[in-house]
Amino acid sequence: MTGDDLVLRAARQLEICNACRYCEGYCAVFPALERRSTYAAGDVHYIANLCHDCRDCYYACPFAPPHEYGINLPQVLSEVRAQTYRHYARPRGLARLGGWHGVNVARAALLGIIVFASLAVIVSGPQAVTSPHPGPGAFYDVVPWLLMLVPALLGTAYVLLGWVASGYAFWRDSGAAGGAIGPAELGGVVADVLSLRFLRGGGQGCTYPDDRPSMARWSLHSLVFYGFGLCFASTCAASFQQDVLGQLPPYPILSAPVLLGTVGGVAMVAGAAGLILQKRGSDRRAASSWMTDADYAFIGLLGAASLTGLLTLAVRDTSLLGVMLVVHLGVLAALYVMAPYSKFIHFVYRVLALVRNRGEQALEAASRAARGVQL
Amino acid sequence: MDRSRYGVDVLVVGGGNAGLCAALDASKAGARVLVCEKGILDYRGGNSRHTRDIRYRHESPDAYTTGRYSAADFRADIERVSAGLEYDRELADLLVEESASLPDWMSAQGVRWQGSLRGTLNLHSSNAFFLGGGRAMLNAYYAAARRRGVEVWYEAEVVDLRIVDERFRSALVALPGPRHVEVEAASVVVCSGGFEANRDWLRDCIGDAAEGVIVRGTPNNDGRLLRLLLDHGAAPVGDARSFHAIAVDARAPRYDGGIVTRVDSVPFGIVVNREGCRFADEGADLWPKQYATWGGLIAAQPDQIAYSIVDSKAAGRFIPVAFPPHAAASLDALIETVELPPATTRATLTAFNAAVRGDGSLDLDRLDGNHTEGIDPPKSHWASAIDTPPFYLYPLRPGITFTYLGVRVDADARVVTTAGTTLRNVYAAGEVMAGNILGHGYLAGLGLTIGHAFGRIAGREAAGDR
Repeated sequence: MTGDDLVLRAARQLEICNACRYCEGYCAVFPALERRSTYAAGDVHYIANLCHDCRDCYYACPFAPPHEYGINLPQVLSEVRAQTYRHYARPRGLARLGGWHGVNVARAALLGIIVFASLAVIVSGPQAVTSPHPGPGAFYDVVPWLLMLVPALLGTAYVLLGWVASGYAFWRDSGAAGGAIGPAELGGVVADVLSLRFLRGGGQGCTYPDDRPSMARWSLHSLVFYGFGLCFASTCAASFQQDVLGQLPPYPILSAPVLLGTVGGVAMVAGAAGLILQKRGSDRRAASSWMTDADYAFIGLLGAASLTGLLTLAVRDTSLLGVMLVVHLGVLAALYVMAPYSKFIHFVYRVLALVRNRGEQALEAASRAARGVQL
Repeated sequence: MDRSRYGVDVLVVGGGNAGLCAALDASKAGARVLVCEKGILDYRGGNSRHTRDIRYRHESPDAYTTGRYSAADFRADIERVSAGLEYDRELADLLVEESASLPDWMSAQGVRWQGSLRGTLNLHSSNAFFLGGGRAMLNAYYAAARRRGVEVWYEAEVVDLRIVDERFRSALVALPGPRHVEVEAASVVVCSGGFEANRDWLRDCIGDAAEGVIVRGTPNNDGRLLRLLLDHGAAPVGDARSFHAIAVDARAPRYDGGIVTRVDSVPFGIVVNREGCRFADEGADLWPKQYATWGGLIAAQPDQIAYSIVDSKAAGRFIPVAFPPHAAASLDALIETVELPPATTRATLTAFNAAVRGDGSLDLDRLDGNHTEGIDPPKSHWASAIDTPPFYLYPLRPGITFTYLGVRVDADARVVTTAGTTLRNVYAAGEVMAGNILGHGYLAGLGLTIGHAFGRIAGREAAGDR
């Protein structure tokens, strides 16, 4: 199906939803579609990324398949998001990396491991990879600091530039300016994001993996989200201890980097494992197979990154340190390289859609106040 | 297990809101309950799938509503829509009393709520809107039933009732296969809806016009159980040859098109029939009070078809329809998009535009007095020249919501015979008995109130027959 066909198919479903409105209280998607009467490609992509795939509407819809209207917003909006991810992937030239597919991600991780292993062997010697390294600077005995720092800095710049370029292109296309976005609206967006608000569906959680509402998916996604935040904080703390305080890693168990990283890593592994298990038992009728593949690829990569990080910590006093560190760095490299071309990008479009949504809400409230209408 | 015979305490026929209410309360009273639902799992619940709000008594604004709706208000509304026709005032009073506890009961089954939907401001003080609409409500009930151990058979059609000496003995249930099971039960609760999907029966009511009618809800409501009960001596109530019908888009599916086929453009312009002539006052009253008359008006036109014509002043002013309107830059081009006689239609439009008086403001929230002069039928309000391109056209057909004919019941929801006796262990709830109270007219959200209140009563009473 070409992109235009998909947009038309999604727009057709949105038109029917706009004539029904029974789902208005579930999430932001329905008020957003009710503010419009026609759905151009930009509107469809905006609304699709506002959808958090909670599936409440699918099970509530009297017009879901096998009805001839065939309304299935989680499925069709998921297909549109897939198109968003591919269409707006920046830098465009590397889009063929295709981090949407598990097989590409696995290849990238393998390649990353090979590259870091080769570097370690060439620069530090085979001995360094296979023997224990007691004392400060252990990690750098295997892979020198510069060989970690330079790829990390370049990788971060590449990822951030890619995300910004993608987000900008999406924002530009996703419709007219959605009202004045001030501090109150941005505060609302922050609250929406930090609480993963729309993964609570209409209040009782996602109707996922089956037809019963549950908070499980919200909890698991929160584990990954906040676990990722803790791991990021751990990296910052380590950087502070090394570059400001001049203390080389490894750090003691009871130090900020290790505590933050351990808690974050365990949360990520648990969350990722739970999300994968849930997805395996989920209702395929409401899913797009492309997105399911992309979900597995990304969740699997995140889970592998955190698991290898924890294992590196676990074996850091043994002769396995070198091997484990190389594996961890290789997986992290794949995460970086694939970031603009994997499901990682989803948060960029979600946040921008939430910003636009808050702006539209503010505009609507203002115009209602101007008309003196009370609801 | 041999299922050619099967025994339970309470057999519930029909898995809509009334049936599930009966099943849940019968189960709570300790009965073993079987629900026979004719639809497939995806379509379970029949017309309840298309509901979204329930009307109930509340003496002050509460968690579900923004205003007060007293018992007196409720009774007055029922009296008003009866339009002087007979209804059972005792049952109506019982309904009003029972209605007060319904939202809390629904919440306890897992139903959740939302603010009144956009475009339903006229209902936000009297009616509570459940989150996600009727199918979400049904899902909550079916989940509650599953937790309680209520048995549900899908694609299970009750084809006959064995009633001997005014006492129910068993029901013959047709299942896929096909195979048949005789279900014996201490009592039966019939919650099988009306007969609006039975074309032959409709033909008895309105003749060949029955063919041109669109059924807004389930194709399963063929009235078989209603007919069986009447044949077993149940007393009929409600307007036997009439039904509730509104204007729906003619492109709607023949069955189950639901709320999204409803066309609210009528008061913004004019409506012509196949001959290109107007036939009714499009501005007779406020639209929420008038819209339910249009099904009947269109059913009386040739081929049961009509066309609503508006101009760009109406665009975006009413809830959209699932089908985009025919659109054109000129009225002549618009007329050509459908099979309307050009000369007559053009003449109708010209005469209408010339007859318009007032400022043409199209304020549908009030009777604005902008009317026509010198044309018949007149347009009493919201008359505004159709002169601003682009122009839009919606083809309309009568869309039948439900039928009024039902069986008489007593205050225990027990079926009453023409002889004045009762079928001792036969109960009815929902549309199959709504005619006791609403034998005519329409009150939004009342069908659900009747289904819930009498479903619960029937369930409790039926459980007592063990």
